Amino acid sequence: MTALIQFFRDNTDTIWRLTYEHVWIVSLAVCLATVIGVSIGIAITRDEKMANRVINAANVLMTIPSIALFGIMLPILSVIGHGLGKVPAVTALVLYSQLPIIRNTYTAIKNVPPELIEAGKGLGMSNLRRLREVEIPLAIPVIIAGLRTAAVMNIGIAAIAAYIGSGGLGEFIQQGISRVYNEMIVAGALLVSLLAIFVDIAMALVERLVTPKGTALEKKMK
Amino acid sequence: MSRLFEKAYRFILLVALVAAGVFVERMGVVDYLLDPFEFAYTLDLIGQHLTMVGVSMLLATLTGLAVGIIFTRPRFKRFTGIVMYIVGLGQTIPSLAVIAISMSFMGVGFKPAVFALYIYSVLPIARNTLAGINSVPSWMIEAAKGMGMTNLRILFQVELPNATRVIITGFRISLVINIGTTALAFLIGAGGLGEHIFTGIDLMQPAKLLAGAIPTTLLALTADYLVEIFGVLVIPRGIRVEGEK
Repeated sequence: MTALIQFFRDNTDTIWRLTYEHVWIVSLAVCLATVIGVSIGIAITRDEKMANRVINAANVLMTIPSIALFGIMLPILSVIGHGLGKVPAVTALVLYSQLPIIRNTYTAIKNVPPELIEAGKGLGMSNLRRLREVEIPLAIPVIIAGLRTAAVMNIGIAAIAAYIGSGGLGEFIQQGISRVYNEMIVAGALLVSLLAIFVDIAMALVERLVTPKGTALEKKMK
Repeated sequence: MSRLFEKAYRFILLVALVAAGVFVERMGVVDYLLDPFEFAYTLDLIGQHLTMVGVSMLLATLTGLAVGIIFTRPRFKRFTGIVMYIVGLGQTIPSLAVIAISMSFMGVGFKPAVFALYIYSVLPIARNTLAGINSVPSWMIEAAKGMGMTNLRILFQVELPNATRVIITGFRISLVINIGTTALAFLIGAGGLGEHIFTGIDLMQPAKLLAGAIPTTLLALTADYLVEIFGVLVIPRGIRVEGEK
Protein backbone atom coordinates (compact mmCIF):
# COMPACT_ATOMS: atom_id res chain seq x y z
CA MET A 1 0.00 0.00 0.00
CA THR A 2 2.76 2.43 0.94
CA ALA A 3 4.56 1.43 -2.23
CA LEU A 4 1.46 2.36 -4.20
CA ILE A 5 1.23 5.78 -2.55
CA GLN A 6 4.94 6.24 -3.19
CA PHE A 7 4.33 5.39 -6.85
CA PHE A 8 1.61 8.04 -7.10
CA ARG A 9 3.91 10.59 -5.49
CA ASP A 10 6.86 9.83 -7.74
CA ASN A 11 4.91 9.82 -10.98
CA THR A 12 2.46 12.69 -10.59
CA ASP A 13 3.55 14.29 -13.87
CA THR A 14 3.26 11.08 -15.87
CA ILE A 15 -0.12 10.34 -14.32
CA TRP A 16 -1.49 13.74 -15.35
CA ARG A 17 -0.01 13.44 -18.83
CA LEU A 18 -1.50 9.97 -19.43
CA THR A 19 -4.86 10.90 -17.93
CA TYR A 20 -4.97 13.96 -20.16
CA GLU A 21 -4.09 11.82 -23.18
CA HIS A 22 -6.74 9.25 -22.29
CA VAL A 23 -9.45 11.88 -21.83
CA TRP A 24 -8.39 13.58 -25.04
CA ILE A 25 -8.68 10.40 -27.14
CA VAL A 26 -12.03 9.45 -25.64
CA SER A 27 -13.55 12.93 -25.97
CA LEU A 28 -12.42 13.30 -29.56
CA ALA A 29 -13.91 9.91 -30.39
CA VAL A 30 -17.19 10.62 -28.58
CA CYS A 31 -17.54 14.02 -30.31
CA LEU A 32 -16.98 12.51 -33.76
CA ALA A 33 -19.25 9.57 -32.94
CA THR A 34 -22.00 11.91 -31.75
CA VAL A 35 -22.00 13.88 -34.99
CA ILE A 36 -22.11 10.70 -37.08
CA GLY A 37 -24.35 8.62 -34.82
CA VAL A 38 -27.00 11.23 -34.12
CA SER A 39 -27.31 12.15 -37.80
CA ILE A 40 -27.63 8.48 -38.77
CA GLY A 41 -30.08 7.93 -35.92
CA ILE A 42 -32.27 10.79 -37.10
CA ALA A 43 -31.99 9.83 -40.76
CA ILE A 44 -33.16 6.25 -40.21
CA THR A 45 -36.33 7.25 -38.37
CA ARG A 46 -37.87 7.72 -41.83
CA ASP A 47 -37.48 4.14 -42.99
CA GLU A 48 -38.11 1.24 -40.64
CA LYS A 49 -36.47 -1.40 -42.82
CA MET A 50 -33.34 0.72 -43.20
CA ALA A 51 -33.36 1.33 -39.45
CA ASN A 52 -33.35 -2.39 -38.70
CA ARG A 53 -30.44 -2.95 -41.04
CA VAL A 54 -28.35 -0.09 -39.71
CA ILE A 55 -28.92 -1.12 -36.09
CA ASN A 56 -28.11 -4.73 -36.92
CA ALA A 57 -24.89 -3.66 -38.62
CA ALA A 58 -23.93 -1.57 -35.58
CA ASN A 59 -24.74 -4.58 -33.43
CA VAL A 60 -22.38 -6.78 -35.44
CA LEU A 61 -19.65 -4.12 -35.10
CA MET A 62 -20.16 -4.12 -31.34
CA THR A 63 -19.77 -7.91 -31.22
CA ILE A 64 -16.27 -7.74 -32.71
CA PRO A 65 -13.78 -7.95 -29.82
CA SER A 66 -11.85 -4.69 -29.47
CA ILE A 67 -8.36 -6.12 -29.74
CA ALA A 68 -9.43 -8.09 -32.83
CA LEU A 69 -10.78 -4.91 -34.40
CA PHE A 70 -7.46 -3.14 -33.74
CA GLY A 71 -5.77 -6.11 -35.35
CA ILE A 72 -7.98 -6.08 -38.43
CA MET A 73 -7.63 -2.32 -38.86
CA LEU A 74 -3.87 -2.35 -38.53
CA PRO A 75 -3.06 -3.63 -42.04
CA ILE A 76 -5.91 -1.60 -43.56
CA LEU A 77 -4.84 1.70 -41.99
CA SER A 78 -1.19 0.91 -42.69
CA VAL A 79 -1.99 1.76 -46.29
CA ILE A 80 -2.29 5.43 -45.29
CA GLY A 81 0.58 5.10 -42.84
CA HIS A 82 -1.47 5.06 -39.63
CA GLY A 83 -1.53 1.39 -38.63
CA LEU A 84 -0.42 2.14 -35.08
CA GLY A 85 -1.02 5.07 -32.79
CA LYS A 86 -3.94 7.38 -32.17
CA VAL A 87 -5.69 7.14 -35.56
CA PRO A 88 -6.77 3.48 -35.32
CA ALA A 89 -7.62 3.98 -31.64
CA VAL A 90 -9.98 6.87 -32.33
CA THR A 91 -11.44 5.09 -35.38
CA ALA A 92 -12.23 2.00 -33.34
CA LEU A 93 -13.77 4.06 -30.55
CA VAL A 94 -15.96 5.92 -33.05
CA LEU A 95 -17.13 2.62 -34.56
CA TYR A 96 -17.93 1.09 -31.18
CA SER A 97 -19.87 4.18 -30.09
CA GLN A 98 -22.24 3.90 -33.04
CA LEU A 99 -24.54 1.24 -31.57
CA PRO A 100 -25.47 3.00 -28.30
CA ILE A 101 -25.73 6.40 -29.96
CA ILE A 102 -27.70 5.35 -33.06
CA ARG A 103 -30.00 3.05 -31.11
CA ASN A 104 -30.78 5.62 -28.44
CA THR A 105 -31.32 8.44 -30.93
CA TYR A 106 -33.59 6.26 -33.03
CA THR A 107 -35.74 4.98 -30.13
CA ALA A 108 -35.91 8.42 -28.54
CA ILE A 109 -37.17 10.12 -31.68
CA LYS A 110 -39.52 7.25 -32.51
CA ASN A 111 -41.00 7.52 -29.02
CA VAL A 112 -41.94 11.19 -29.25
CA PRO A 113 -45.73 11.12 -28.76
CA PRO A 114 -47.49 11.56 -32.12
CA GLU A 115 -49.88 14.10 -30.64
CA LEU A 116 -46.95 16.45 -29.95
CA ILE A 117 -45.79 16.13 -33.55
CA GLU A 118 -49.34 16.85 -34.69
CA ALA A 119 -49.42 19.88 -32.41
CA GLY A 120 -46.16 21.09 -33.93
CA LYS A 121 -47.63 20.65 -37.40
CA GLY A 122 -50.75 22.48 -36.30
CA LEU A 123 -48.63 25.43 -35.18
CA GLY A 124 -47.32 25.61 -38.72
CA MET A 125 -43.79 24.46 -37.94
CA SER A 126 -41.63 23.29 -40.82
CA ASN A 127 -40.17 19.76 -40.63
CA LEU A 128 -36.76 21.07 -39.65
CA ARG A 129 -38.12 23.40 -37.03
CA ARG A 130 -40.27 20.64 -35.56
CA LEU A 131 -37.18 18.44 -35.36
CA ARG A 132 -35.26 21.20 -33.60
CA GLU A 133 -37.92 22.44 -31.22
CA VAL A 134 -40.07 19.40 -30.50
CA GLU A 135 -38.40 16.11 -31.30
CA ILE A 136 -34.79 16.78 -30.30
CA PRO A 137 -35.52 18.47 -26.93
CA LEU A 138 -37.73 15.56 -25.97
CA ALA A 139 -35.20 13.00 -27.18
CA ILE A 140 -32.13 14.59 -25.65
CA PRO A 141 -32.09 12.79 -22.27
CA VAL A 142 -32.16 9.41 -24.01
CA ILE A 143 -29.49 10.51 -26.50
CA ILE A 144 -27.28 11.62 -23.61
CA ALA A 145 -27.84 8.23 -21.96
CA GLY A 146 -26.47 6.66 -25.15
CA LEU A 147 -23.47 9.00 -25.05
CA ARG A 148 -22.91 7.96 -21.44
CA THR A 149 -22.79 4.25 -22.34
CA ALA A 150 -20.48 5.04 -25.24
CA ALA A 151 -18.11 7.20 -23.17
CA VAL A 152 -17.77 4.67 -20.35
CA MET A 153 -17.19 1.83 -22.82
CA ASN A 154 -14.66 3.92 -24.74
CA ILE A 155 -12.58 4.55 -21.63
CA GLY A 156 -12.16 0.79 -21.25
CA ILE A 157 -11.35 0.22 -24.91
CA ALA A 158 -8.92 3.15 -24.99
CA ALA A 159 -7.01 1.37 -22.21
CA ILE A 160 -6.56 -1.64 -24.51
CA ALA A 161 -5.52 0.70 -27.32
CA ALA A 162 -2.30 1.37 -25.40
CA TYR A 163 -1.10 -1.89 -26.97
CA ILE A 164 -1.23 -0.32 -30.42
CA GLY A 165 0.69 2.68 -29.14
CA SER A 166 -2.08 5.21 -28.63
CA GLY A 167 -0.87 6.18 -25.15
CA GLY A 168 -3.26 6.93 -22.31
CA LEU A 169 -3.62 5.24 -18.96
CA GLY A 170 -3.44 1.78 -20.50
CA GLU A 171 0.27 2.48 -20.86
CA PHE A 172 0.70 1.98 -17.11
CA ILE A 173 -0.95 -1.44 -17.31
CA GLN A 174 1.01 -2.40 -20.42
CA GLN A 175 4.36 -1.30 -19.01
CA GLY A 176 3.55 -2.70 -15.59
CA ILE A 177 2.75 -6.15 -16.97
CA SER A 178 5.85 -6.35 -19.12
CA ARG A 179 8.11 -5.12 -16.31
CA VAL A 180 6.26 -7.14 -13.64
CA TYR A 181 5.94 -3.92 -11.69
CA ASN A 182 2.94 -4.49 -9.44
CA GLU A 183 2.41 -0.93 -8.22
CA MET A 184 2.34 0.35 -11.78
CA ILE A 185 -0.29 -2.25 -12.82
CA VAL A 186 -2.52 -1.50 -9.85
CA ALA A 187 -2.12 2.26 -10.30
CA GLY A 188 -3.07 2.01 -13.99
CA ALA A 189 -6.06 -0.23 -13.31
CA LEU A 190 -7.26 1.99 -10.45
CA LEU A 191 -6.93 5.21 -12.45
CA VAL A 192 -8.75 3.79 -15.49
CA SER A 193 -11.57 2.44 -13.32
CA LEU A 194 -11.90 5.70 -11.40
CA LEU A 195 -11.97 7.65 -14.64
CA ALA A 196 -14.75 5.40 -15.97
CA ILE A 197 -16.80 5.68 -12.77
CA PHE A 198 -16.26 9.45 -12.64
CA VAL A 199 -17.41 9.91 -16.24
CA ASP A 200 -20.42 7.67 -15.60
CA ILE A 201 -21.52 9.80 -12.64
CA ALA A 202 -20.80 13.08 -14.42
CA MET A 203 -22.82 12.03 -17.47
CA ALA A 204 -25.68 10.91 -15.23
CA LEU A 205 -25.77 14.46 -13.84
CA VAL A 206 -25.72 15.94 -17.34
CA GLU A 207 -28.56 13.60 -18.25
CA ARG A 208 -30.62 15.00 -15.39
CA LEU A 209 -29.73 18.60 -16.24
CA VAL A 210 -30.75 18.44 -19.89
CA THR A 211 -34.10 16.81 -19.24
CA PRO A 212 -36.58 19.57 -20.17
CA LYS A 213 -38.44 20.78 -17.08
CA GLY A 214 -41.85 19.87 -18.41
CA THR A 215 -41.02 16.21 -19.06
CA ALA A 216 -39.19 15.86 -15.74
CA LEU A 217 -42.33 16.94 -13.93
CA GLU A 218 -44.38 14.49 -15.95
CA LYS A 219 -42.09 11.65 -14.89
CA LYS A 220 -42.38 12.61 -11.25
CA MET A 221 -46.17 12.62 -11.40
CA LYS A 222 -46.18 9.10 -12.76
CA MET B 1 -37.28 2.79 -55.74
CA SER B 2 -36.97 0.65 -52.64
CA ARG B 3 -36.39 -2.44 -54.77
CA LEU B 4 -33.50 -0.66 -56.41
CA PHE B 5 -32.18 0.09 -52.93
CA GLU B 6 -32.56 -3.56 -52.03
CA LYS B 7 -30.51 -4.64 -55.04
CA ALA B 8 -27.84 -2.01 -54.40
CA TYR B 9 -27.62 -3.11 -50.79
CA ARG B 10 -27.10 -6.77 -51.69
CA PHE B 11 -24.55 -5.82 -54.33
CA ILE B 12 -22.55 -3.70 -51.91
CA LEU B 13 -22.67 -6.48 -49.33
CA LEU B 14 -21.36 -8.97 -51.86
CA VAL B 15 -18.58 -6.64 -53.06
CA ALA B 16 -17.55 -5.99 -49.46
CA LEU B 17 -17.34 -9.72 -48.75
CA VAL B 18 -15.26 -10.40 -51.85
CA ALA B 19 -13.00 -7.44 -51.05
CA ALA B 20 -12.52 -8.75 -47.51
CA GLY B 21 -11.63 -12.18 -48.86
CA VAL B 22 -9.10 -10.79 -51.34
CA PHE B 23 -7.61 -8.58 -48.65
CA VAL B 24 -7.19 -11.50 -46.26
CA GLU B 25 -5.53 -13.61 -48.96
CA ARG B 26 -3.21 -10.72 -49.96
CA MET B 27 -2.12 -10.37 -46.36
CA GLY B 28 -0.93 -13.97 -46.48
CA VAL B 29 -3.33 -15.41 -43.93
CA VAL B 30 -4.19 -18.35 -46.17
CA ASP B 31 -0.53 -19.24 -46.67
CA TYR B 32 0.05 -18.80 -42.99
CA LEU B 33 -2.74 -21.17 -42.04
CA LEU B 34 -1.83 -23.73 -44.74
CA ASP B 35 1.51 -24.28 -43.05
CA PRO B 36 0.86 -27.53 -41.13
CA PHE B 37 2.80 -26.42 -38.09
CA GLU B 38 1.12 -23.03 -37.82
CA PHE B 39 -2.28 -24.57 -38.44
CA ALA B 40 -1.90 -26.99 -35.54
CA TYR B 41 -0.64 -24.11 -33.40
CA THR B 42 -3.67 -21.99 -34.26
CA LEU B 43 -6.02 -24.88 -33.48
CA ASP B 44 -4.26 -25.26 -30.16
CA LEU B 45 -4.77 -21.58 -29.38
CA ILE B 46 -8.46 -21.84 -30.33
CA GLY B 47 -8.70 -24.78 -27.93
CA GLN B 48 -7.12 -22.76 -25.12
CA HIS B 49 -9.40 -19.86 -25.89
CA LEU B 50 -12.53 -22.02 -25.78
CA THR B 51 -11.44 -23.74 -22.56
CA MET B 52 -11.06 -20.40 -20.80
CA VAL B 53 -14.38 -19.14 -22.15
CA GLY B 54 -16.13 -22.41 -21.23
CA VAL B 55 -14.84 -22.70 -17.67
CA SER B 56 -15.37 -19.04 -16.78
CA MET B 57 -18.81 -18.88 -18.41
CA LEU B 58 -20.00 -22.04 -16.66
CA LEU B 59 -19.00 -20.69 -13.24
CA ALA B 60 -20.31 -17.22 -14.06
CA THR B 61 -23.70 -18.50 -15.22
CA LEU B 62 -24.19 -20.55 -12.07
CA THR B 63 -23.15 -17.68 -9.80
CA GLY B 64 -25.08 -15.06 -11.74
CA LEU B 65 -28.29 -17.09 -11.66
CA ALA B 66 -27.82 -17.85 -7.96
CA VAL B 67 -27.24 -14.18 -7.10
CA GLY B 68 -30.22 -13.14 -9.21
CA ILE B 69 -32.52 -15.70 -7.62
CA ILE B 70 -31.36 -15.14 -4.03
CA PHE B 71 -31.74 -11.38 -4.12
CA THR B 72 -35.27 -11.52 -5.49
CA ARG B 73 -36.55 -13.80 -2.70
CA PRO B 74 -38.88 -11.98 -0.28
CA ARG B 75 -36.37 -12.32 2.53
CA PHE B 76 -33.56 -10.56 0.66
CA LYS B 77 -35.65 -8.33 -1.56
CA ARG B 78 -34.63 -5.15 0.26
CA PHE B 79 -31.03 -5.67 -0.94
CA THR B 80 -32.01 -5.78 -4.64
CA GLY B 81 -31.35 -2.07 -5.15
CA ILE B 82 -27.91 -2.20 -3.54
CA VAL B 83 -26.87 -5.30 -5.49
CA MET B 84 -28.04 -3.71 -8.76
CA TYR B 85 -26.02 -0.60 -7.93
CA ILE B 86 -22.85 -2.57 -7.15
CA VAL B 87 -23.23 -4.64 -10.32
CA GLY B 88 -23.75 -1.49 -12.39
CA LEU B 89 -20.64 0.07 -10.88
CA GLY B 90 -18.65 -3.10 -11.57
CA GLN B 91 -19.65 -3.00 -15.22
CA THR B 92 -18.09 0.42 -15.71
CA ILE B 93 -14.68 -0.99 -14.73
CA PRO B 94 -12.64 -1.68 -17.89
CA SER B 95 -11.88 -5.33 -18.71
CA LEU B 96 -8.14 -4.73 -18.99
CA ALA B 97 -8.16 -3.30 -15.46
CA VAL B 98 -9.86 -6.42 -14.09
CA ILE B 99 -7.32 -8.67 -15.81
CA ALA B 100 -4.40 -6.53 -14.64
CA ILE B 101 -5.57 -6.48 -11.03
CA SER B 102 -6.19 -10.22 -11.10
CA MET B 103 -2.61 -10.70 -12.25
CA SER B 104 -1.16 -8.47 -9.56
CA PHE B 105 -2.83 -10.61 -6.88
CA MET B 106 -2.65 -14.11 -8.34
CA GLY B 107 0.35 -14.03 -10.64
CA VAL B 108 0.38 -15.25 -14.22
CA GLY B 109 -1.21 -18.24 -15.94
CA PHE B 110 -4.53 -19.95 -16.52
CA LYS B 111 -6.05 -19.49 -13.04
CA PRO B 112 -5.86 -15.68 -12.70
CA ALA B 113 -7.13 -15.32 -16.27
CA VAL B 114 -10.16 -17.53 -15.68
CA PHE B 115 -10.78 -15.80 -12.36
CA ALA B 116 -10.79 -12.34 -13.98
CA LEU B 117 -13.05 -13.56 -16.81
CA TYR B 118 -15.38 -15.16 -14.29
CA ILE B 119 -15.69 -12.00 -12.18
CA TYR B 120 -16.27 -9.88 -15.25
CA SER B 121 -18.87 -12.24 -16.75
CA VAL B 122 -20.98 -12.65 -13.62
CA LEU B 123 -22.10 -9.01 -13.74
CA PRO B 124 -24.36 -8.94 -16.85
CA ILE B 125 -25.90 -12.32 -15.99
CA ALA B 126 -26.66 -11.33 -12.38
CA ARG B 127 -27.99 -7.96 -13.48
CA ASN B 128 -30.33 -9.40 -16.08
CA THR B 129 -31.54 -12.23 -13.84
CA LEU B 130 -32.42 -9.67 -11.18
CA ALA B 131 -34.10 -7.37 -13.67
CA GLY B 132 -35.92 -10.25 -15.40
CA ILE B 133 -37.38 -11.74 -12.25
CA ASN B 134 -38.23 -8.31 -10.87
CA SER B 135 -40.20 -7.46 -13.98
CA VAL B 136 -42.52 -10.45 -13.66
CA PRO B 137 -45.87 -8.76 -12.96
CA SER B 138 -47.01 -9.11 -9.37
CA TRP B 139 -50.52 -10.19 -10.39
CA MET B 140 -49.02 -13.23 -12.03
CA ILE B 141 -47.33 -14.24 -8.79
CA GLU B 142 -50.52 -13.51 -6.87
CA ALA B 143 -52.41 -15.77 -9.25
CA ALA B 144 -49.88 -18.54 -8.73
CA LYS B 145 -50.18 -18.13 -4.97
CA GLY B 146 -53.92 -18.27 -5.29
CA MET B 147 -53.60 -21.57 -7.13
CA GLY B 148 -51.76 -22.87 -4.08
CA MET B 149 -48.28 -23.08 -5.60
CA THR B 150 -45.36 -23.34 -3.21
CA ASN B 151 -42.65 -20.68 -3.40
CA LEU B 152 -40.31 -23.09 -5.15
CA ARG B 153 -42.90 -23.91 -7.79
CA ILE B 154 -43.63 -20.22 -8.30
CA LEU B 155 -39.92 -19.69 -8.93
CA PHE B 156 -39.56 -22.50 -11.46
CA GLN B 157 -42.93 -22.38 -13.18
CA VAL B 158 -43.79 -18.67 -13.12
CA GLU B 159 -40.84 -16.40 -12.40
CA LEU B 160 -37.99 -18.08 -14.29
CA PRO B 161 -39.96 -18.90 -17.48
CA ASN B 162 -41.21 -15.32 -17.70
CA ALA B 163 -37.71 -13.96 -17.13
CA THR B 164 -36.06 -16.28 -19.67
CA ARG B 165 -35.80 -13.70 -22.45
CA VAL B 166 -34.05 -11.12 -20.27
CA ILE B 167 -31.76 -13.74 -18.69
CA ILE B 168 -30.71 -15.06 -22.09
CA THR B 169 -29.93 -11.53 -23.27
CA GLY B 170 -27.68 -11.11 -20.23
CA PHE B 171 -25.99 -14.42 -21.00
CA ARG B 172 -25.42 -13.34 -24.59
CA ILE B 173 -23.86 -10.00 -23.64
CA SER B 174 -21.72 -11.77 -21.07
CA LEU B 175 -20.55 -14.44 -23.52
CA VAL B 176 -19.61 -11.96 -26.25
CA ILE B 177 -17.70 -9.75 -23.80
CA ASN B 178 -16.06 -12.85 -22.37
CA ILE B 179 -14.79 -14.03 -25.77
CA GLY B 180 -13.33 -10.58 -26.44
CA THR B 181 -11.75 -10.31 -23.02
CA THR B 182 -10.24 -13.79 -23.28
CA ALA B 183 -8.11 -12.40 -26.11
CA LEU B 184 -6.47 -10.23 -23.45
CA ALA B 185 -5.69 -13.27 -21.29
CA PHE B 186 -2.50 -13.76 -23.31
CA LEU B 187 -1.13 -10.67 -21.58
CA ILE B 188 -1.08 -12.49 -18.25
CA GLY B 189 0.34 -15.65 -19.75
CA ALA B 190 -2.76 -17.73 -20.31
CA GLY B 191 -2.48 -18.15 -24.08
CA GLY B 192 -5.56 -18.10 -26.29
CA LEU B 193 -6.00 -16.38 -29.62
CA GLY B 194 -4.65 -13.15 -28.16
CA GLU B 195 -1.22 -14.74 -28.55
CA HIS B 196 -1.44 -14.42 -32.34
CA ILE B 197 -2.85 -10.90 -32.17
CA PHE B 198 -0.38 -9.38 -29.73
CA THR B 199 2.64 -11.16 -31.17
CA GLY B 200 1.49 -10.11 -34.64
CA ILE B 201 1.30 -6.48 -33.56
CA ASP B 202 4.70 -6.60 -31.87
CA LEU B 203 6.41 -8.24 -34.85
CA MET B 204 4.37 -6.28 -37.41
CA GLN B 205 3.28 -9.51 -39.12
CA PRO B 206 -0.22 -8.90 -40.55
CA ALA B 207 -0.68 -12.61 -41.42
CA LYS B 208 -0.11 -13.78 -37.86
CA LEU B 209 -2.17 -10.93 -36.48
CA LEU B 210 -5.15 -11.66 -38.73
CA ALA B 211 -4.86 -15.39 -38.02
CA GLY B 212 -5.70 -14.43 -34.43
CA ALA B 213 -8.08 -11.53 -35.02
CA ILE B 214 -10.33 -13.24 -37.59
CA PRO B 215 -11.01 -16.42 -35.57
CA THR B 216 -11.69 -14.32 -32.45
CA THR B 217 -14.20 -12.21 -34.36
CA LEU B 218 -15.83 -15.28 -35.91
CA LEU B 219 -16.06 -16.95 -32.50
CA ALA B 220 -17.78 -13.91 -31.03
CA LEU B 221 -20.22 -13.57 -33.95
CA THR B 222 -21.03 -17.30 -33.98
CA ALA B 223 -21.57 -17.38 -30.23
CA ASP B 224 -23.87 -14.36 -30.47
CA TYR B 225 -25.88 -16.04 -33.23
CA LEU B 226 -26.08 -19.44 -31.52
CA VAL B 227 -27.30 -17.97 -28.25
CA GLU B 228 -29.93 -16.01 -30.13
CA ILE B 229 -31.22 -19.24 -31.71
CA PHE B 230 -31.00 -21.03 -28.38
CA GLY B 231 -33.09 -18.24 -26.86
CA VAL B 232 -35.81 -18.66 -29.47
CA LEU B 233 -35.96 -22.37 -28.68
CA VAL B 234 -35.99 -22.00 -24.91
CA ILE B 235 -38.46 -19.16 -24.47
CA PRO B 236 -41.85 -20.68 -23.58
CA ARG B 237 -44.33 -20.65 -26.46
CA GLY B 238 -46.84 -18.53 -24.56
CA ILE B 239 -44.61 -15.45 -24.23
CA ARG B 240 -42.89 -15.45 -27.61
CA VAL B 241 -43.30 -12.31 -29.64
CA GLU B 242 -44.47 -12.19 -33.26
CA GLY B 243 -41.97 -13.72 -35.66
CA GLU B 244 -40.42 -16.18 -33.23
CA LYS B 245 -43.08 -18.89 -33.62
